[in-house]
Amino acid sequence: MATRAETARLAQPRTFSERLVGWVTRSPVHIVLLAIAALWLVPTVALLVTSFRPRSDALSSGWWHVFSSHLTLANYSQVIHTGGMGHAFLNSLYITVPATILPLTLGAMAAYAFAWTRFPFRDTTFLIIVALMVVPVQTAFVPLLKLFRENGHLNTEFYGIWLAHTAFGLPLAIFLFRNFFITLPKDLIEAARMDGASEFAVFRRVVIPLSVPALASFAIFQFLWVWNDLLMALIFVSDPSKQPMTVKITQLLSTYAQEFHILAAAGFLLMAVPLIVFFALQRYFVQGLLAGSVKS
Amino acid sequence: MASVTFDHLTKAYADDVVAVNDLDLLIKDSEFLVLVGPSGCGKTTALRCLAGLEEITDGQIKIDERVVNRVPSKDRNIAMVFQSYALYPHMTVYDNLAFGLKLLKTPKQEIRRRVEDAAKILNLERFLDRKPRALSGGQRQRVALGRAIVREPAAFLMDEPLSNLDAKLRVQTRAEILRIQQRLETTTVYVTHDQVEAMTMGDRIAVMRDGVLQQVGPPPELYERPVNKFVAAFIGSPAMNFATVHADQGKLKMGEQLLNLSGSRAKIAEQRHGKQLEIGFRPEDLEIANGTGDGAVSFPANVDVVEYLGNQELLHAQVEGNEIVALVASDRKVQVGDKVEFTIPNDKLHMFDPETEESLVPTG
Ligand SMILES: Nc1ncnc2c1ncn2[C@@H]1O[C@H](COP(=O)(O)OP(=O)(O)O)[C@@H](O)[C@H]1O
Ligand SMILES: [Mg+2]
Repeated sequence: MATRAETARLAQPRTFSERLVGWVTRSPVHIVLLAIAALWLVPTVALLVTSFRPRSDALSSGWWHVFSSHLTLANYSQVIHTGGMGHAFLNSLYITVPATILPLTLGAMAAYAFAWTRFPFRDTTFLIIVALMVVPVQTAFVPLLKLFRENGHLNTEFYGIWLAHTAFGLPLAIFLFRNFFITLPKDLIEAARMDGASEFAVFRRVVIPLSVPALASFAIFQFLWVWNDLLMALIFVSDPSKQPMTVKITQLLSTYAQEFHILAAAGFLLMAVPLIVFFALQRYFVQGLLAGSVKS
Repeated sequence: MASVTFDHLTKAYADDVVAVNDLDLLIKDSEFLVLVGPSGCGKTTALRCLAGLEEITDGQIKIDERVVNRVPSKDRNIAMVFQSYALYPHMTVYDNLAFGLKLLKTPKQEIRRRVEDAAKILNLERFLDRKPRALSGGQRQRVALGRAIVREPAAFLMDEPLSNLDAKLRVQTRAEILRIQQRLETTTVYVTHDQVEAMTMGDRIAVMRDGVLQQVGPPPELYERPVNKFVAAFIGSPAMNFATVHADQGKLKMGEQLLNLSGSRAKIAEQRHGKQLEIGFRPEDLEIANGTGDGAVSFPANVDVVEYLGNQELLHAQVEGNEIVALVASDRKVQVGDKVEFTIPNDKLHMFDPETEESLVPTG
């Protein structure tokens, strides 16, 4: 009790001097964080600005001369239409969305089973799955590609890359979710069962709503991973009309090696979606979802 | 509504951890049965077996005539109130109450009616739109009760539902639970370690110790005729006094003191002539002698502490090396240091075998 009162007092300084002391003690952290943020932002801003500058400006002066040059959308129009980035953008979405949702749902269901049901060899199986996380993706490429080729040419469709990303994402998803689910109060799960909930209802109506932060973290992580992936896209998407932006950009690189403005527009298109996803999902990183449930 | 039968129920967590040992207990339809005992005696385990949250090692559990050993919790049609309340934190009070009914695909109108009825009984109408985190402890507790009530289940199971409330709220909620149970007449199994709760609430009380059922009966029966020293010590507050004595002819010798007995108690003392016995007597059965000691057991004692309680006082006294406590009317004005002659009515004296701790007095 005493400690709670103390933290409450520290969290809400009342006098000016208390506030000043608080700011000074925290400010080194704030300054460092600001510096890191600025540093991270510089290349992004540079890319953004360059993508809007005409060719002549981009080649003759640096991006910081932005205020003395006029801005244009021509670069975007060129990459999207002539460069094929528009189509590649849709391919990227078409690959990434299922390759995020599949391991998310399958992983959550498996994790629920590992956390809250009983079956023979449950913990052994879980350990084996965790161990799978250390398998490097590269070791599986050749056999996987062979498997896909011999079974319905999965590599010529999107199925192949969906399956591959799901398979490689699942161990982490299961590990992450199981460890999160297991921290939910046991009474809560049992109360739902007593209320007549089937295992699936407990999962859907109690575990999932209370695990949103963990689910959102994984969703972002997996989305970024798949969106930015080049290696697996090169290997498992053999049909050129189905290739995602990452592959397209490498092709643009060889075509427009000196055309910074074009590459900048392509690069920013690639970046835009992860930013949107991140900002859309960040509000789910809320703490204290369990407040008021159980008294311990 | 239903009856519940524990038929030789045994639950072992490991070979050497037998939490419930051969429990045989019939809970009648619409009865309020309190399972009481010290912490770790297996009350929660017995309740969880009934709820279907633990697998049974041996024996059977029946709800009405149906053996439920292999029936999952969700299909047992019983509701449980958890010690921690276990409210769904992401749902409003309304949704917490409605959860079980929704799962049963009850029509919306019917759900609304039943939730509102329960909310009215529990004074929760104003809070239906709140999340649990915005409720006080007492309100959360009532939501937990409400969640059980709305389902109109065959039985209520409650595991120390009041232990997280402060003393005053506990007394209020105790009465509230009783009122609800009497109104709905739902069979209830109520677990507590608090003998006051057990005495005040139970139609019958089952006392457990180390996983073994000791005695079952209505509160007065357990209070007046405990079958052994454990039950005698556990039931009643302040606790019963105990002393070791020697049987001598038809009398008892406590140190140098000779205690006179009559009736069946004298007979027991005769049968056990020369042997040790354990006697017990409740603080509230002790009286300060007023000269008319007509056949009552009596002995003198030195009062060394007086606790004033208002209309009564607790006297702590020494008699032949035993410390005893007496609860007497406070108008007797006993002072610390006084030597007082105490008497016990003959039929209020309990006698136990020192080895088995079984009561020697017929308990019928
Ligand atoms: N999950 C478990 N695993 C092993 N032992 C347990 C478990 N739960 C309870 N026990 C043991 O079983 C006994 C009875 O516990 P419990 O039923 O919780 O007692 P009570 O509710 O009467 O306090 C205790 O000795 C306890 O340590
Ligand atoms: Mg318990």
